[in-house]
Formats: sequence, structure tokens, C-alpha cells
Amino acid sequence: MERFRIEAQPLPGAVPAWTAEVDGGAWLRVARAVREEGARLAALWAAPGCASVAYAVAEGLLWLRMPVEEGYPSLDEFFPAAERMERAAFELSGVRALGTHDRRPWLNHGNWPRDYVPLGAAPTPPRTAPETEYPFVQVTGEGVHEIAVGPIHAGIIEPGHFRFSVVGEKVLRLEERLGYVHKGIERLFAGRALADGARLAARVSGDTTAAYAWAYAMAAESVTGCQPPTRALWLRALLLERERIANHLGDLGALGNDAGLAIGLAQFMRLKEDWVRLHARLFGHRYLMDKIVPGGVAVDLDDAGRAALLDQCAALEQEVGALRTIYEEHAGLQDRFIGAGRVTPQLAAQLGLCGLAGRASGQAWDARCDQASTPYDVLDIGMVTHRNGDVAARVTVRFEEIAESLRLLRQICAHLPPGPVAALLPAAGAGRGLGWIEGWRGPVLVALETGADGTIVRCHCHDPSWQNWPVLQHAIMGNIVPDFPLINKSFNLSYAGHDL
Amino acid sequence: MWQILKQIRRGGLPAEPAPQPDAEAAEVARIQDDLRAILGRALTIRAVDAGSCNGCELELNALSNPYYNIEGLGIKFTASPRHADLLLVTGPVTRNMESALKAAYEATPDPKLVVAIGQCACDGGVFGESYASCGKVANVIPVDVLVPGCPPTPIEILRGILTAVAK
Repeated sequence: MERFRIEAQPLPGAVPAWTAEVDGGAWLRVARAVREEGARLAALWAAPGCASVAYAVAEGLLWLRMPVEEGYPSLDEFFPAAERMERAAFELSGVRALGTHDRRPWLNHGNWPRDYVPLGAAPTPPRTAPETEYPFVQVTGEGVHEIAVGPIHAGIIEPGHFRFSVVGEKVLRLEERLGYVHKGIERLFAGRALADGARLAARVSGDTTAAYAWAYAMAAESVTGCQPPTRALWLRALLLERERIANHLGDLGALGNDAGLAIGLAQFMRLKEDWVRLHARLFGHRYLMDKIVPGGVAVDLDDAGRAALLDQCAALEQEVGALRTIYEEHAGLQDRFIGAGRVTPQLAAQLGLCGLAGRASGQAWDARCDQASTPYDVLDIGMVTHRNGDVAARVTVRFEEIAESLRLLRQICAHLPPGPVAALLPAAGAGRGLGWIEGWRGPVLVALETGADGTIVRCHCHDPSWQNWPVLQHAIMGNIVPDFPLINKSFNLSYAGHDL
Repeated sequence: MWQILKQIRRGGLPAEPAPQPDAEAAEVARIQDDLRAILGRALTIRAVDAGSCNGCELELNALSNPYYNIEGLGIKFTASPRHADLLLVTGPVTRNMESALKAAYEATPDPKLVVAIGQCACDGGVFGESYASCGKVANVIPVDVLVPGCPPTPIEILRGILTAVAK
């Protein structure tokens, strides 16, 4: 950390992390240095009177806090993805990014007063009249027209609004408007006991519940100095990899369906149902909610359970292999996949595309490898990357990640250490902690601050969708409107995790 | 094509009742029979996520898998509330989704049914009421049936749909 010329203190916990309090000069200097060395913006958030940013650098995570009166220097010149984070941070905390051009509201659609600060002390305000028009960027020219989609989408999907500017079938520009499922989660965390926060963190994004629960638990353990038993950490990895496979199965089915291969959906949905039924049988919940808790896990695995898991892994490997052959040999499907929604590695690096979609565009980052915590430090994971950056590449990454996760699951079952599955979470004092977990979509960050009485002062949950939603706007450019559902699905970004 | 046919044959017909009927499979079969009898093969559903964490959507999507085979019962998810008989609403209703949910309800022709899916839709769940959340669905539109659970299983959702149409 010497190269940044800041006084950084190490944070205890499962991943290497440092924190530092900085002024405006250091805030900008570190941002420029991080950008220049090709490292990444992990998250940006704020509390009344304090802006925070977290970077993923070579040594681990770096969390900078900057006391703020008026505002803090915007980081969008270094990290384009920071722009929406800064807009949201202002609406939640009243702390403004200076030098940024876009001051349109993001989370507040006019339904609560503009001067209300959700993370401040003021009581719940009354409802106000919703905004009548959001100033979307207009595209003009002969034959250009707009298509407005949402917030309620056609299928069983989360709500959001897409504004397409098109000529004929060709998309010139897409602008997203999100925030529809903003539930005020960050305010709800304030004042809770650490153990209580886990239930909320597990419901930030229902399809990523294991990753959020683990990241939250990691942050809580970092604050309290708790060391969960090794067996618990291995079981957490088992649950996380099972969650990754469940989501990849669902996505592969939906991607086949969106390209007209209905049998793909039926087959993959059958496999996913088998997969989550075993969750229900062994762990008591189809999607593993509330099974990872601060201090350890709320489940255990006996020999019969282990055998059932291994049998299922073997069966799934064979089935997915057969389906992969079908997908790859199907000319019509490949015709839709190849070249659609391409994000070049250069663009991906510039915009900070992360997670699964990033790895399909040559961005070789995976928290399980880069900041490996137990048990990933001994599992010797093979990161899956591709360079084509199109729908086909994102499909291939999913297939290959399923194979790699199956290999990890087998290793975990073979080497699961004995012992207890939970430790008592000690009482917390004032402190800070970070959690950082590679969920199926990408890295999930939880930043936690507690007060002297041990309750939560501020808890920020950050979804990789913050980085990836803006890139989707680029991926669709020049494609035709009917390919949007397919391209969108190939990213499968979270609305709930983003809107909070 | 040959590979596809082989895969279909390998996968077989997983539509329940399953080969070894357990309690749940029997329940699926019973509900499926009841639904067929009541609906005469026609119920159209518009699903509205009014603020959910996306957990309930996983189970709504699961209803279409070959096990629950909801389309085989004549129940169809539609893209437009104007074609819907029933709204399945998930999530606490966020303030940002309140007007969209009301518009969807207004656009659904009478007689219409509303089933609130999941703990949040039933009572606000962990999110409750706040500056950003209106809480339970019944705070915004009339609700006929509640299906609690976090998320409720596909069977519980099917039972809720059945309860609503049997009313």
C-alpha cells in the first residue's frame, strides 16, 4: 500500500483488506493510481458526513473513507461506473459528488421529498407526487423513434425501465432507468444487532442469497474478530457453488428459450428443479436462505447427504454435457448467440465490466482466485475466461463454470474437515469490517460499521450489477430490438441487488 | 436433431405424479386435478414484481418447469394485464412501483383475482413500511388470497391459485 502514500490500517478478517481515512487530494490520487495500474472500483457509497470507496487491488481490498461537508470529488472520470453510485449515494446520504455532470435523480422517483435523507435521523416522510417525466437523453435524426419498456416487464422478471432509441429494428441507444424496487434496505440495517442484519442481507437479492449471507457474515466476523470453524467455511463454499450452478442452469435454459430452442428451457429447468429439491431435502431451503449465518453455518452434512450430493454431481455432469453438445451443434441457436451483444475486452476494461460477464470479455478477475479465503485458497480453482464478449461467450463461461463448480463440489465433499459448524459471535464494539465474495453474477461486497454498543451504524451491500448495468447499454448498440431479451438475459443482472 | 430427440427420450416425461409417489407428488396430482376441473383449461395470469428480492420470481418461474407443468393445466402467464384473469403480486410494494401496480390492476378486466405471493406481499416481510416501501400488497390493491413463505414453494403457490379460483 506504500505506493498510494496513505496511512492504511489492516482490517482483520478472511480477505486481505485495509482501510484509511483520506482528504480530497489523496482521494483523487489513489483513484488515479488504481486506474493506472488496471485495478478495479469495487464499490462507492456514503453516509451523512462521509464518503466511502472500495477498490480491489493486487494485495486485496482498500477501503477509503473521506469526511465530507459539502461534497467529495467525483470519480467518474476514472471509473465510469461510479456515476450512478454517486447519484444514489447523494440521494441516500445527502453527500454530493463534485464535478459530475449528471445530477438526475436515480433512486428517488419523486415518491419521497427530494430533501429527505434516508440515512439521516429524520422520521419517515409522507408520500409525494411521483415525477411525471424523467429526462432521458434524446436521440434525434430522420426516422429515429423511441420504444419505452417497463417498469413491469413482459415475463416473470424484476421491474425496471428501458428506453430504446431505434431506427427501424436497429438500436441506436439504450438508456436504463432503475430504482423501482428500492426498498430502503440500507436504512433498515441501521440500529440492528449484527446477528439480526443477516436475515436482511440474505434478502438483498434472492437469487444470490448464499453470496450475500457469506459476505455479510464475513464482514460481521471481521468487526468482531470471530473465527468461524474451518468446517463451516467449507460448507459455505459448498452452498455458494451450489447456488452458482443453480443460477447457471436457469440462465442456460432461458438463453436457449430466448433464441427459440424451447427444449433447452424445459431440460435445464428440470435439472434446476432436481438441484433445488436436494437443497430442500438436505438443507431445509430450496434456495439456501439463512443457512449461512455470522459465526458459521446453520446446516451440516452427514455421510448420506454427502453421497446424495456426489450422486447428483455425477448425474448433472452427464446431463449438462449432453445439453452442451446440443447447444453447440444447433446452427440456429449459435447463429443467434455468436456476435450478439458484443463487449470487447477493451471496452470491458474501460467500463469496469466484472464477474461472469467480465470474464466472458477477457476480464480475468474472480474473488475466489484473486482474494482467496478458506477454502478457496486450497481448492486451486481454475478461472474461466473468454475474449469474444458476445452472448455465445457468456453461454460458454456458464457451461465451463458449471463444470469447474462440480469439480470444486467433489473436492469439498472429499476433504470436508470435521468439527463444529458454528462459533459464537462475540459482542461487537465500534468497528469496521468488509466482506467480499464471488457470487454467481460477480463479486459481492458488504461494508459494515458498528457503533460503541455493537449495533450497526452503516451497512452497505454492493451488487456487481452496479458495474454491469451501464455496460449493457453499450452491448445492445447496433443490435436489433428482438435480440435485446437474449442479450439482457446473457448478462442477467440484478434489479433488487442494485436498487436496494 | 438426433441429439435433441435422444435427450428428450433420456429426460423422459417428468411431469408429476412422479414414479414413486410421495406426499408432495400426490398433492401435486390432486391440485392439478382440482385445477383442471375448475378452470376447464383456462386461466391467465399476469405476474407483477412490485418490489420483491427476486426470490419469489424463482418459484414463479419454477411453476413452468416440467414437474409442475403449469401450462399443461391450461394456466398461462401473459405479458399483458389486459389478458389476465388473475394477478400474482410479489414483494412489498415499493413507493416507486405503487402507481405501476395500480395501473396493472386497473388494466385487468373484471372479474379479477389477486394473489399475494410471499411473506413481503402478505405482511411487508423484513422490509415492512418505510419511506420507500408501502408494505403489504393489500395496502395498495384489494387482495383475495395470501400465500406466505420466503419464498413459498411452487406447491404452495399452486394451492394459493387454486384457493383463489375456487372462491
